[in-house]
Amino acid sequence: MHDHQVKVLVAKPGLDGHDVGAKVIVHALLDAGFDVVYTGLRQTPEAIVDAAVKQQSDVIGLSILSGAHLPLCRRVRDLMMERGLHDKLWLVGGNIPEEDRMVLRQLGFRGVFPTGSHTADIVSFIQENVK
Amino acid sequence: MNDQSKPKSKIRPVVNESGIEIKPLYTLDDVIASGGVDSSPPGEAPFTRGIHSMMYRHRPFTMRQYTGFANAADTNERFKYLIANGQTGLNVAFDLATQCGYDSDAPEAAGEVGRVGMAIDTLRDFEIAFDGIDLDAITVSLTINGSAASLIAMFLAMAEKRGYDLSRLRGTAQNDILKEFVGRGTWIYPVEPSVKLVADTIEYCAKVAPKYSPVSVCGYHIRESGANPAEEMGYAFAIAKAYTDRALARGLDIDEFAGRLSFNFNIFGNLFEQVAKFRAGRRRWSKIILDEYGAKRPESGWMRMIAGGGGFGLTIEQPENNIMRGAYYALAAALGGAQTMALCCYDEAYTIPTPKAQRLSLRTMQMLIEEIGLADTVDPLGGSYYVETLTNQTEQKIVEAMDWIEAQGGIIKAVSDGKIQAKVSEYAYRRQRALETGELRKVGVNCYEDSDEEKPQVDLHGYDEIGAMQQIENVRKVRAGRSDAAVERALKRLRADAEADRNVMPALVEAVKAYATVGEMNGALVDVYGRFQEPTQLWRRAG
Repeated sequence: MHDHQVKVLVAKPGLDGHDVGAKVIVHALLDAGFDVVYTGLRQTPEAIVDAAVKQQSDVIGLSILSGAHLPLCRRVRDLMMERGLHDKLWLVGGNIPEEDRMVLRQLGFRGVFPTGSHTADIVSFIQENVK
Repeated sequence: MNDQSKPKSKIRPVVNESGIEIKPLYTLDDVIASGGVDSSPPGEAPFTRGIHSMMYRHRPFTMRQYTGFANAADTNERFKYLIANGQTGLNVAFDLATQCGYDSDAPEAAGEVGRVGMAIDTLRDFEIAFDGIDLDAITVSLTINGSAASLIAMFLAMAEKRGYDLSRLRGTAQNDILKEFVGRGTWIYPVEPSVKLVADTIEYCAKVAPKYSPVSVCGYHIRESGANPAEEMGYAFAIAKAYTDRALARGLDIDEFAGRLSFNFNIFGNLFEQVAKFRAGRRRWSKIILDEYGAKRPESGWMRMIAGGGGFGLTIEQPENNIMRGAYYALAAALGGAQTMALCCYDEAYTIPTPKAQRLSLRTMQMLIEEIGLADTVDPLGGSYYVETLTNQTEQKIVEAMDWIEAQGGIIKAVSDGKIQAKVSEYAYRRQRALETGELRKVGVNCYEDSDEEKPQVDLHGYDEIGAMQQIENVRKVRAGRSDAAVERALKRLRADAEADRNVMPALVEAVKAYATVGEMNGALVDVYGRFQEPTQLWRRAG
């Protein structure tokens, strides 16, 4: 269990402009009592990882709907490993086909939430898994 | 559920998404009480029943599926496939690199080249994409916003090169940047210069290509992002007025360009609410242009529209259900008097559509015309007590939505301050909660779900790595083969015109003709205007 206010970073990497889902998640996480930082659209992996370090985020969630989740998640993962964020909870959501979900989990994204996931499930996943 | 134990008088209240309470029965009294009977004929202001007197009897709606992937050559092939299957217009999808003003070999484009649409770098790509397509017979709509000015320049240059008379060329660009800040996200420059560029295109097209529609104002994406149908209309009109004001400030006469403004609206949700929205919207827009702005030509007050998509209404769960949804949504568009229709395909919640899915959407629209009788008579729901009442009430709601924007200091301020974005994202959250709790019913999602976790059978359109690599090679080849001096000259003029606050379209056309790339042209404009960056924000629960 965590003994401090859980901080979640919600980030939109790449050029994808679909931010409805990311903003819905922001609202849901706020309602659940977390502190939430939303990066805004079109962030580079470097800027996202910088923000996670600076904000001391416990949870880093990426939202990608363009289909570019594999290359983007790989780049963000490499940077997170370099910057010592391996012990944080990594999540990814978006248009993610079945066959990519296992790949993303193997990359270290413990929570993979395809389109259609319930916000309540994302909240409880964080509550159960955050250190 | 039929619960016999409950007394008959307990009727469940129904309120539509726009906030209008729906009665179990409507009579003439309701029409009169809600604002009266509108007996204006179609083709005459305020155009409630349609902008043309004969509507689909004269010409059925144009069928224009949203298409584009990988590179120009592959997209050209798909265009021809759709035309061979009876499609009557083209609706071009661009990849995110093109939409955000990057070349295919830019680091920002990595993994995105050709993914959600066709990659365009130079005029060469447009020449290939539209090769063999008669631009007089098939009108082309470009779904492009942030980099719209350079792509309109490219389209005009391509048409001119092929011998088309620009004074007669038809076609459309989406080019609605304000809604990108609210809901679609492919902005490049800050708000103010972005709006300036839209005015540049309106002014330039009014002079050079007066039949070309340089802007299609989109309620569509705002509705997707989080607005009810009446707000969708109201916000779109507020945006259209902002562009109109900028064009007037250039010294254009309202009748020189208002007739070429068009709209793009969504079709998911309650069928009668959508039909009433279109009828009410037509009436309201004509009042705005003809009464408020004092346009003289009736056509200036036409709310011409593409009505289509319905993407938010489609579901990942039980994907075949989306085929039926698409058909009902298409019905709403046809009953609503759309000039052009496009349907999201059943597999579009997963991927960009396969040819099979594209053809199914096309067939759905063709059935409405050929089998179901939607093209036989104008405004078939006109005179329905229900629809007429709802039309009157929806127009009032549209006015309220526009008043809200005014109260924020106008649309440009509401966008710059993030007020409208906040309102829209709150609506999206409430809508999501309502879906999760089952308050908002969705077949296959929160009712009539599959009992066991059956995997949906959807053929996916994979990412074309080879197509992307070819495109990167293409742009490098074009760069190597052109006159760098001509490109430099054109880009220098572009920067100078942007700095002097002149219309940049002539310089863009010169640059395009010299085979300058999308990245070079938008890079030059970024040098002058800067790049918009959404602020990173800490959100804490209030209290």
